[in-house]
Amino acid sequence: MAYSEQDILAGLAEIVSEETGLPTDAVQSEKSFTDDLDIDSLSMMTIVTLAEEKFDVRIPDDEVKNLATVGDAVSFIANAQS
Amino acid sequence: MSHTTDVVVTGLGATTPLGGDVKSTWAAALAGESGARPFEEDWSERYGIPVQFAATLKVKPEEVLERPELKRMDPSAQYAIVAAREAWADAGSPEVDGERLGAVVSSGIGGIWTTLDGWDVLREKGARRVLPMTVPMLMPNSPVAYVSLEFGAKAGAHALVSACASGAEAIGYGVDMIRAGRADVVIAGGTEATIHPMPIAAFAASRTLSLRNDDPQGASRPYDVDRDGFVIGEGSGVVVLESAEHAAARGARVYARIAGVGLSADGYHITSPEPSGDGQIRAMRSALRESGVTAPEVVHVNAHATSTVVGDLIEARSIRGVLGDDADHVALSATKSMTGHLLGGAGALETIFTVLALHERQAPPTINVSSPDPELVLDLVRDTPRALPAGDIAAINNSFGFGGHNVALVVTSA
Repeated sequence: MAYSEQDILAGLAEIVSEETGLPTDAVQSEKSFTDDLDIDSLSMMTIVTLAEEKFDVRIPDDEVKNLATVGDAVSFIANAQS
Repeated sequence: MSHTTDVVVTGLGATTPLGGDVKSTWAAALAGESGARPFEEDWSERYGIPVQFAATLKVKPEEVLERPELKRMDPSAQYAIVAAREAWADAGSPEVDGERLGAVVSSGIGGIWTTLDGWDVLREKGARRVLPMTVPMLMPNSPVAYVSLEFGAKAGAHALVSACASGAEAIGYGVDMIRAGRADVVIAGGTEATIHPMPIAAFAASRTLSLRNDDPQGASRPYDVDRDGFVIGEGSGVVVLESAEHAAARGARVYARIAGVGLSADGYHITSPEPSGDGQIRAMRSALRESGVTAPEVVHVNAHATSTVVGDLIEARSIRGVLGDDADHVALSATKSMTGHLLGGAGALETIFTVLALHERQAPPTINVSSPDPELVLDLVRDTPRALPAGDIAAINNSFGFGGHNVALVVTSA
């Protein structure tokens, strides 16, 4: 089943919220993981691992550095869905 | 050997089978309550574990910690953080340069929930699903690392692993850090979270757990003729240690003094205590020597006393061996009768009990002793607390662990 970008954003917001304690509505497309959400590399890898499972996609390690914003991650996951 | 730096206890914190903090835990202990309960899960049926109960936490960490904290910490670290926060607040959140603040928080076993969960994930879903926080959560220094991070303790963060003596050894090491001049304040204690079917099955396999399934609350019965093993417990105890000078300078409330630390090893057997009690005796003597306390001043002992058939009597004889006829005036308490055995948390929680016994002049009771073992050579405090004398008094807290570890702490009234 393919998720819409809206579903992916909502699902990602839940994962980020669980990991960081931020409210889900703080996780918006234009937010930077490091600068706005204060997510370190270990937490980022946790989010990636949980997102891979939730959306049944593969996010290669060398792609993670390109996912600067939440929107970048949503787009990547949307495109990576088969 | 005398020492020049007095080390005092200025803060106490705990989460235990008897309560979510020190006040409720101590009140329940004085009231002679048991923290043992039947398993909430069907582990006994599902896995054929012969034990059907444990002394589980009274207040779950889910009720007091934030969700991200729960996700990033193994339960062993969660319990330690709960206890450390209480101890630090109880000490009045002392202002201290981080480079003069140490942390020593031990676990006997470490993050076994995380270890086993990680193995399940690996087998079921493959390596890519194993979370990156797995190692920082399973490592046995994880609880102290989180304590060090939270309070900015930069003088050193240590986790001494000595099985069921770990919590007491941590406090002893914290005392040594202050005496050696490496810190002015140390957050010290122990923690354990092993109410999981695998370690319980393994302890049961070693025939050390009580099988009194029809009476969990009556199962831990140190020194009773019908004792049949310990009741596994979980939780954490943490204290704030401080040089007497530092505590006096900030006008801190002082509960008691940790006056002597005695450490020894049996060098005898991987699980059984040395039958003559030689190692235990050396630990107690060394703690007394260091403290300058003499046998007549000792009025109370919090015994390791897990409720195993041989262990309890060896310890009782060792105490008499150290104190001689002065043992006649000692109020002996075996608080695991109520708390169960917190393994790596036990020595720390029992140090807190010992400190409070001197501070409030009340020795806590030992419950479930309907027929004391006729070979018991000491005066057991049974069922209700016993008043301790006024004036300068001292107590010993004993903690012993698989591997032949012996720790004795001499505590004196403030």
